[in-house]
Parts: sequence; structure tokens; C-alpha cells
Amino acid sequence: MQFRTITASIVGALLAFGCGEDKVEIKSPISTANAAGEIRVVGSSTVYPFSTKVAQEFKNKTGYNVVVESTGSGGGHKLFCEGVGADTPDVTNSSRRQKKSEFDKCTKNGVTDIVEVKIGFDGIVIANARSSAKIDVTLKQIYLAFAKQTPKSDDDCTLESNPNDKWSDIDPRLPNVTIEAYGPPPTSGTRDAFVEIAMDGGAKKITCLAALRKQDKKSFKAIARTLREDGKWIDAGENDNAIVQTLVNTPSAVGIFGYSFLDQNADKIKGALIGGVKPTFENIAGGDYPISRSLYFYIKKANVATTKGVKEYALEFTSEEAWGPGGYLEEIGLVPLPDDVRAQYRAAVENLTTYKQ
Amino acid sequence: MSAMAKTSIHQTDLARKRLARRKAKEKRFRYAGVTAVVIAMVMLGWLVVSLVGTGYTAFFQHYLTITVTLDENILDPNGARDADQLRKANYRKIIQQALYARFPEVTYRRSKRALFQIISASGATNHVRKMVYQDPNLVGRELTIVVPVSDDVDQFLKGYIDRKAPEELRRVSDQQIAWVDQLVTSGELVRKFNWRFFTAADSRDPELAGIAGAVVGSIMALGVAFFLSVPIGVGAAVYLEEFAPKNRLTDFIEININNLAAVPSIVFGLLGLAVFLNFFGLPRSAPLVGGMVLGLMTLPTIIIATRSALRAVSPSIIDGALSLGASHTQAVFHHKVPLAASGILTGSIIGMAQALGETAPLLMIGMVAFVTEIPTNIMEPASALPVQIFLWSDSAERAWAERTSAAIIVLLIVLISMNAIAIFLRSRLERRW
Repeated sequence: MQFRTITASIVGALLAFGCGEDKVEIKSPISTANAAGEIRVVGSSTVYPFSTKVAQEFKNKTGYNVVVESTGSGGGHKLFCEGVGADTPDVTNSSRRQKKSEFDKCTKNGVTDIVEVKIGFDGIVIANARSSAKIDVTLKQIYLAFAKQTPKSDDDCTLESNPNDKWSDIDPRLPNVTIEAYGPPPTSGTRDAFVEIAMDGGAKKITCLAALRKQDKKSFKAIARTLREDGKWIDAGENDNAIVQTLVNTPSAVGIFGYSFLDQNADKIKGALIGGVKPTFENIAGGDYPISRSLYFYIKKANVATTKGVKEYALEFTSEEAWGPGGYLEEIGLVPLPDDVRAQYRAAVENLTTYKQ
Repeated sequence: MSAMAKTSIHQTDLARKRLARRKAKEKRFRYAGVTAVVIAMVMLGWLVVSLVGTGYTAFFQHYLTITVTLDENILDPNGARDADQLRKANYRKIIQQALYARFPEVTYRRSKRALFQIISASGATNHVRKMVYQDPNLVGRELTIVVPVSDDVDQFLKGYIDRKAPEELRRVSDQQIAWVDQLVTSGELVRKFNWRFFTAADSRDPELAGIAGAVVGSIMALGVAFFLSVPIGVGAAVYLEEFAPKNRLTDFIEININNLAAVPSIVFGLLGLAVFLNFFGLPRSAPLVGGMVLGLMTLPTIIIATRSALRAVSPSIIDGALSLGASHTQAVFHHKVPLAASGILTGSIIGMAQALGETAPLLMIGMVAFVTEIPTNIMEPASALPVQIFLWSDSAERAWAERTSAAIIVLLIVLISMNAIAIFLRSRLERRW
């Protein structure tokens, strides 16, 4: 008897979940009963804010539901490349270009036609508290500050563990402050981009390492991209707001994160000049600021036919109203591409032109 | 009676010293206990005060009343009044023109852009868009709408942006402050209770974001978890405790259950991904799968709690039942389980409360997602409350800070109510014997 009541209540509750009331909102053109009806976007947490903004505007305009997951660039490519069909993601966001290995995995799983779309730039800043000393460094100095092992001198590539304790040890003109950096962990795309652009770029400025790069790219990368493990570089987790807070509380420290967090917290922190260039919107857009990376998304062409609205979503993303100068993505911190590059990728979306690695 | 002449062993100096030492020890222990409680309370109080301190402002939002002209030339140049075409029309321009009409003295392009930034662009355009979509005949008419201001202006009015700070360090310019002040004085810009926070789904714009989608997702997932793990958990516990033979196999099962209770929750997420999504092909991001994963996660907790509740029932009750001729099954179901019910319920509710706060297992099955619609059934994509908090806390805009705290307050209130229900049920169902 009691058991029957319980069963009845279970069934009742499930039914109640099943038949929610119709909402007054604008009706969607697609049946919500079909679980695969919505557009699926996965990938980078850096592109996530832009992707969600487009998803929201796109839904308002057309009623298509877009579900955006924040899985990280690597996780996004992994899911994206699992295969084609309604139960796989239609689009993946990436804060770096798709790697060869990822492309190959895609091909192996039947995801052969992929449209690559570059959407804009994002600057990576080195920032410290407003009250602290101004930092003006070159890429080479960044390398010397954060690398695990550094060469003895420009011409002698004998490696020693990084002897620099203070910024002024690298160059007397830099502040007399202990080096202490809070940066993104290895899982983060920001970290990948930082070591690739800033650390590689800095190591290249050292004569003997530049020579090594020509002979043996692999060992050059190992030397350039390995960050210190003596407590001067601290993996601070994925939450950039937490790094900003740490900088305010620890005036001697610097933090490494995306430009939009500097933009939002200009009253608390300031960005270090890199090679004399200030991290500003204009400098990143103009390509003068050296540590900036491109952001991408990738469309699975096979899914354009099976999932309604994928192409339209990509068209909304690449419309001038969205990614153009003065568009709604610029308002939330995306640095637009130059006109001709935008036109090129817009055409790629319109014609669904696939790309090759 | 010669003993009377001697001093009692309790009266010797040595004994007195020992007694004093023992009493001092007891006193010290009591003080240590009080200190521990005080420290715990202070920390908890600190957490709550800082959360409420930063979060309470999110329950209010500033709104601007503005009159817009639904210009036919902009919205529907062909005069077709086709709803789908009207939906895609340029509402941004309508809002911009309404603002320029309100401040006709603004002529420079830069200033016009700054002026547009005081209103929630997405909120205003979508508000008008919805109205026109539902009633295309509104085109050509004038409309007075009440829409949220942008997150920056809202933060400024809430005092999070210092008016006296140098202009280049503020996200709100001097000019924008002047406009806002003017609108506040004229009563066009007012503070209201932020109902949207409780009724809307997630949004990219802090001023439009709400927790309803996440709360509904959490409730659905918890519902599934409850109906999955409580019957199975209680059934398994009753069988293992009362009917299963005691041998190596059951010992092995018991060890495994205890181990599972301590397994990191992300492991259950991986299991969910491999089994429910990849093998059974259930949809990603669905509360059904989330609930199943959370259910698996709480299963060991419920089994352990149920077994200890059953063990706590006095054996004399079972003995009494058996001696009066009840079968073993009858004794268990008529007497032992009802008496253990309060313990079982408490264990289940605490297990559920734990599941409510989990994010890690949901990551793998795709519930760490941006979903703009409130889910209506358990197969639709949804997010969950702790996930929402996690995603908001990682966003750049300053306004997310207060909203994150506010969402945490809501989560804490739900957790406290669940625990309160557990305590209430325990005191109601508990029977003394």
C-alpha cells in the first residue's frame, strides 16, 4: 500500500517535470522535445564570454537555442573531434589554433570538413597593484624573470637555474622588488599563449638560444617554455578575479591574465609596459602590443545540415554588428580583427570553406 | 571502626592535589571547547557577513523609464508586418534614437556612444523586440518602457565605483555621471527590487542575469537523484544489514561502499560520461543525467546512514516481535525500519544537500554550460546553482561579484532549509523506547 503511494508520487513528479507550462516568451522555431534540437558549442573559457553573448543575441533574434559549455580549448577540441552527428558539438571555441594532433584526430573520427573562423584578438597582460612600482619590461626580460633555467650569458648557452631573485637583478633599471608572479595553470589556454608568445619571443632574443632554435626546435622549446619552480611563479588557478584580488593584497606581486580583467579593474591594478608599449585596446588592435593572441571558433560542416541554425549562428557571430568595430562584442572586450581579415573569414562562413592544417 | 580515626584516603594532601589537578584539567577542557565553538562561529559569521555585505545589493537593480518611438522606417521599411522579419530588425537604433531624443544636446559621435552605454543594450532591445514580435501592430506607435540600466551605471549608483576617482580609472565617465544624475533627479532612473534575479535564466549581461534556470536545473537533478538513490540505497542497506549472509563477499561489498563514499566526486562525473552519455546515449547537459550522477554519488552516503540507523534500533524490539511470532521480514519492516526512519531520512537529506553543492561531476556531463532558457523537462539542457556561481565568479565584469554573492546566499538558504527539514523530521519521527 505504502509502496504504491511512493511509486505514484515518483511517476507524478516525473510527469510534472515533463509538462511545464507554456511560457509567454517568444516561441522557438525548433521543437524543444527533440533533445538534439539546440546548437551545441563547447570550448575555451576565454571565448566563452563572447560566444555566450552571441548566443544570447542570436536567440533573441531567431529563437534558436544555443548551449555554450565552458570546457577549455583542449577539452573542446576533444569533444568536437569525437565524431559527426546530432549528439556531438557543432562548434568549438578555441583560444589558440587547432593543433595538428587534434586535426588528425578529427579526421580519423570522420570530422573531415572543418571551417576555421578567427574572431579577434585578446591581449595577455602582466599587471600589478596601482600603488606598486611601474614595470616596463622587454620580452627578453620576461623570459629571464620566469624561465626555470637561463643561459649564463647571451653567448654562453650553459644552462643554470634562474639566478634572478629581484627584477633589478635582471636590469638595474627595473624595480628593486622580488619577482613573484601569479599566473594561469598549465591547463589554461592563456598559459599556452603566454609561454608561446612571451617566453619563446624572449628566449629568441638571446643570441645563443636563437642559434639553438634553428638547430633543435624541441630543446629550444623545452628551455624557453619551462617556467620556474622555485616559488617565484605561482599557478594561481583559473579564476582571474582571484588573481586581481591577490595583486591588490600583495603589492610586490605581478599577475598574468587576459586584457578584459585589466580593463574592468583599472582602479585597482595597472598593466606593465612591454617593450615600452602600454596594454591598451588600441595597441592590441593595432598589433603594437606584443603579447596578444588570436581567438577562434571551428564549425563542423557535416552538422550544418543536421542541426538547424548552426550556419546562422556563425553568421551572427561574424556580422559587423557583433564582431565589427563598435559591435556588441567589442563592448565586452573583444579586440576586432582588421577589415580585410574580417571579410576573409566572413566569406569562409558564408561559403563554409573548409580549412587544411 | 578504627578506620574513622584514620584520615580518609580522599582527604590526604596528595589526594587533594590530585583532585585540584583533575578539576583544573576539566576546566581547561571546557575552556578549550568554548574557544573552539567561538572560533567556528566567528569564521562562519565572517563568511555570512562578507557574503551578505557584497551580495545584498544584487537584490536591487536600477531601472530607466524611457519613451521609444517604433519608427516604421527602421523596423519595417516594406510595411509587411511579418513577425519573423520584425524580430530581426534593428532595435538598437530604436533605443539609440530614444536616448538621443531624451538628450538632444548630445551631438558628438563619441558622446552618443557614451550615452548609449548607460542603458542595458541587450535588455532594452530585447524588451522592445518581444513586444513588437507579439503585437506587430505596435510598429509606428510610441511606447514607454522600463528597462535596466547597464551594469556599470548600476554599479556606480550602488556606490561600487568611486565618483571622486580620476576619470580614466572609472568605467563611468564624468559625462555619463552627469546624465545619470540628471535622470535620477527627474525620477526617470529609480531603484527597484530585482525580481529578474529570481525569475530569469542566465544571461551574458549581469543586469539581465537570473538564477531561475539554474535553480530549476538543480531541483530537477536533485529530484532525479532522490528518486534514484533513496529507494536503491535504503533497499540495499536493509538487505545488507538484515538479510544478507555474512561472508567474504558481503564484507567485500561493505568495504567497497565505504570506499565509494570517499571517492572524489569528479570520478562519478567521468563514470556518467562513459556510461550514461557514451554508452546509453543520453543527451548532454540534461538534468536527468546530472541527477543520475549525483544519485550515484550520494548512494554510499545513504547506504551507510541507513545501516547505522538500523543498527541503532534496540535489539529488544526485534526480539519482542520475533517472540510474539512475527517472521524476520515482518519484524524488520514493521518495527525496525519505521524506528530507523528518522535516521534514514536525515542521512538522505544530508546526502542530497551535499549533492546540491557539487559542481565537479557536472562538468564532465556538460552541465557547466550557458543556457538561456529555463528548462521545462529533465531532458532539456540545464545548468545548476553551484555551476552558475562558479561561472559567474570567473567573469570579468565587476557587477558579477555582487551577483555571485547573492547566488551563494540563495544556495546557503536552500541548504539551511534542507538541513532544517532534516532536523524537523528527525524530531517528529524519532520514537523513544
